Amino acid sequence: MDEEYDVIVLGTGLKECILSGLLSVDGLKVLHMDRNDYYGGESTSLNLNQLWKRFRGDDKPPPHLGASRDYNIDMNPKFIMANGNLVRVLIHTDVTKYLSFKAVDGSYVFNKSKVHKVPSNDMEALKSPLMGIFEKRRARKFFIYVQNYIESDPKTHEGMDLTRVTTKELIAKYGLDDNTIDFIGHALALHRDDRYLSEPALDTVKRMKLYAESLARFQGGSPYIYPLYGLGELPQAFARLSAVYGGTYMLNKPECKVEFDDEGKVAGVTSEGETAKCKKVVCDPSYLPGKVRKVGRVARAIAIMSHPIPSTDESHSVQIILPQKQLGRKSDMYLFCCSYTHNVAPKGKFIAFVSTEAETDQPAIELKPGIDLLGPVDEIFFDIYDRFEPVNECSLDNCFISTSYDATTHFESTVDDVLNMYTLITGKVIDLSVDLSAASAAEE
Amino acid sequence: MATIGHNNLNAKLVLLGDMGAGKSSLVLRFVKGQFLEFQESTIGAAFFSQTLAVNDATVKFEIWDTAGQERYHSLAPMYYRGAAAAIIVYDITSSDSFTRAKKWVQELQKQGNPNMVMALAGNKADLEDKRKVAAEEARVYAEENGLFFMETSAKTASNVNDVFYEIAKRLPRAQPAQNPAGMVLVDRPAEGTRAASCCS
Ligand SMILES: Cc1cc2nc3c(=O)[nH]c(=O)nc-3n(C[C@H](O)[C@H](O)[C@H](O)COP(=O)(O)OP(=O)(O)OC[C@H]3O[C@@H](n4cnc5c(N)ncnc54)[C@H](O)[C@@H]3O)c2cc1C
Ligand SMILES: Nc1nc2c(ncn2[C@@H]2O[C@H](COP(=O)(O)OP(=O)(O)OP(=O)(O)O)[C@@H](O)[C@H]2O)c(=O)[nH]1
Ligand SMILES: [Mg+2]
Repeated sequence: MDEEYDVIVLGTGLKECILSGLLSVDGLKVLHMDRNDYYGGESTSLNLNQLWKRFRGDDKPPPHLGASRDYNIDMNPKFIMANGNLVRVLIHTDVTKYLSFKAVDGSYVFNKSKVHKVPSNDMEALKSPLMGIFEKRRARKFFIYVQNYIESDPKTHEGMDLTRVTTKELIAKYGLDDNTIDFIGHALALHRDDRYLSEPALDTVKRMKLYAESLARFQGGSPYIYPLYGLGELPQAFARLSAVYGGTYMLNKPECKVEFDDEGKVAGVTSEGETAKCKKVVCDPSYLPGKVRKVGRVARAIAIMSHPIPSTDESHSVQIILPQKQLGRKSDMYLFCCSYTHNVAPKGKFIAFVSTEAETDQPAIELKPGIDLLGPVDEIFFDIYDRFEPVNECSLDNCFISTSYDATTHFESTVDDVLNMYTLITGKVIDLSVDLSAASAAEE
Repeated sequence: MATIGHNNLNAKLVLLGDMGAGKSSLVLRFVKGQFLEFQESTIGAAFFSQTLAVNDATVKFEIWDTAGQERYHSLAPMYYRGAAAAIIVYDITSSDSFTRAKKWVQELQKQGNPNMVMALAGNKADLEDKRKVAAEEARVYAEENGLFFMETSAKTASNVNDVFYEIAKRLPRAQPAQNPAGMVLVDRPAEGTRAASCCS
């Protein structure tokens, strides 16, 4: 331990593990430590005993739920966009060989007090009650425009400069009603609030295209994929990448105190009385609480159930987006359900999560609209946690701190944060654009 | 196109054991038929595959080498996950490495799947004059714990293929449905991707 490293990484959350992997591949000497005796930090997946220990103290899980080890319950549930940035990173680093994925059955949206499937093909679109017949025709024209739009080819722009035209103006051209706009903005473009309406339309058009391309990729009922055994596999897979390239791993290291020199620059990290020297530290906010500030709170519920979420066509893995406007809230609410078909629970069991940016101190009440959609549950846990972001100047102290996971956010921001940090640490930019068009899937 | 009487099996195999016991050397000998006198401590490639024909079946081993994460007891559960077989390696010239091997066996009994085929390999059998672990002691231990035992030498190639062959023979033919078919994302052009647009 009393060696000198280029970088010491603290915490084995997904972001830290991706960075550790990228830096080791670059040939840097990396030491990676975690205070916990398991991988994943806040993005781990827990078995039943670990879940009870976290939320129920000394109680033991009831035997009818099955074996503890058959559960892999995400602490930071998300689905992965089949064509998104995370998939690009997985392929860029070749970490895919350690992982196995399955498509997610369906994506749904809450609209006028009911749950509707986000159509994944023409037939579904035709039958969908989300829009009336005339609205469907108007919407179709808009979707064709989006599908044909190519940023580099002005002929496809129909005379509009989408870096100037706002989303609202673009959609107005097609005469779509508010319900349709809500659906497009939140269920397809995956915006979290309504700011996109007054922003340049290009971003929304690109997001819609990504949704469509992701949907087409694996011919499933949703644009999402999810790893077998849960998201906790992701940090482990990147940690293996780092180790394969010479990264040293130490779990269960108490304290992990970051040491500074007289100028306030990182000098090393001390644990159990030993100090490892280093030039840079990469960590999650919990390792440097003095250099971060609170930016928000996430309210969530975790439920164990014995049935799929009602009105999702028996989907064994599903996402439901409840747009803010439909609930009279400031931020969207998300439902996520996964099951034994993705090896996250024993046969017959389902794990559902309801999450949102907290607007009150009472998660049970605040999350009610989402929980009401679940039907009866075997067990339910409520939780509220703070989100942090760094406030330090990393060029002065050489500390590179990640931003907390937003339970109500997707991997887009996770990967953006990682890529930015990578550039700050190394001065280099990773070009992921080349890798993706070639990605496909092989059946095991 | 299933040929009658012919099975193809995919099996993940993991290696465990003390630093320097010869895990990577055993894999290198088995997969490439090579031996390096000064094998570097494992970095770089730690993922191999090799196919063996056994009686009526071919077994494709996906071999996972530890990548050094075991050094500070930091192996990830993903390493054991879905493994059909494990080789626990010790160095016959080091009693410590034998003690550590027993710890790995315990760990596997806790974490691994219950039907896992486990082999205990006493490696560096060519170094008879420096032997510290008696073959008999290891054999008794292996029997008591449901492992099969062989002394190997990655250097002379003695018993190396035999360990893998013996594992292949012992793998349950009808593999338990441990893994519902998932897909591995690969880097090659998608075929027949239809241009799709929601609601179009
Ligand atoms: C529990 C839960 C909570 C969720 N919370 C949110 C949330 O708060 N907000 C939210 O928007 N989604 C949310 N989602 C939806 C979903 O997880 C993410 O949108 C999706 O995973 C993004 O995939 P990615 O990170 O792999 O791709 P990304 O890396 O995000 O995508 C790459 C690029 O595509 C763009 N893009 C992302 N999504 C789309 C899209 N649908 N259509 C077109 N372009 C897109 C991005 O801007 C980015 O530039 C949630 C899902 C679940 C299950
Ligand atoms: N004489 C002899 N030397 C061996 C044998 N097998 C391995 N070695 C040597 O032992 C050393 C360590 O072998 P490795 O294969 O790197 O051991 P490892 O278990 O993979 O070690 P780590 O990757 O550090 O965990 C190397 O110098 C090998 O050349 C053997 O059968 N006989
Ligand atoms: Mg090795």
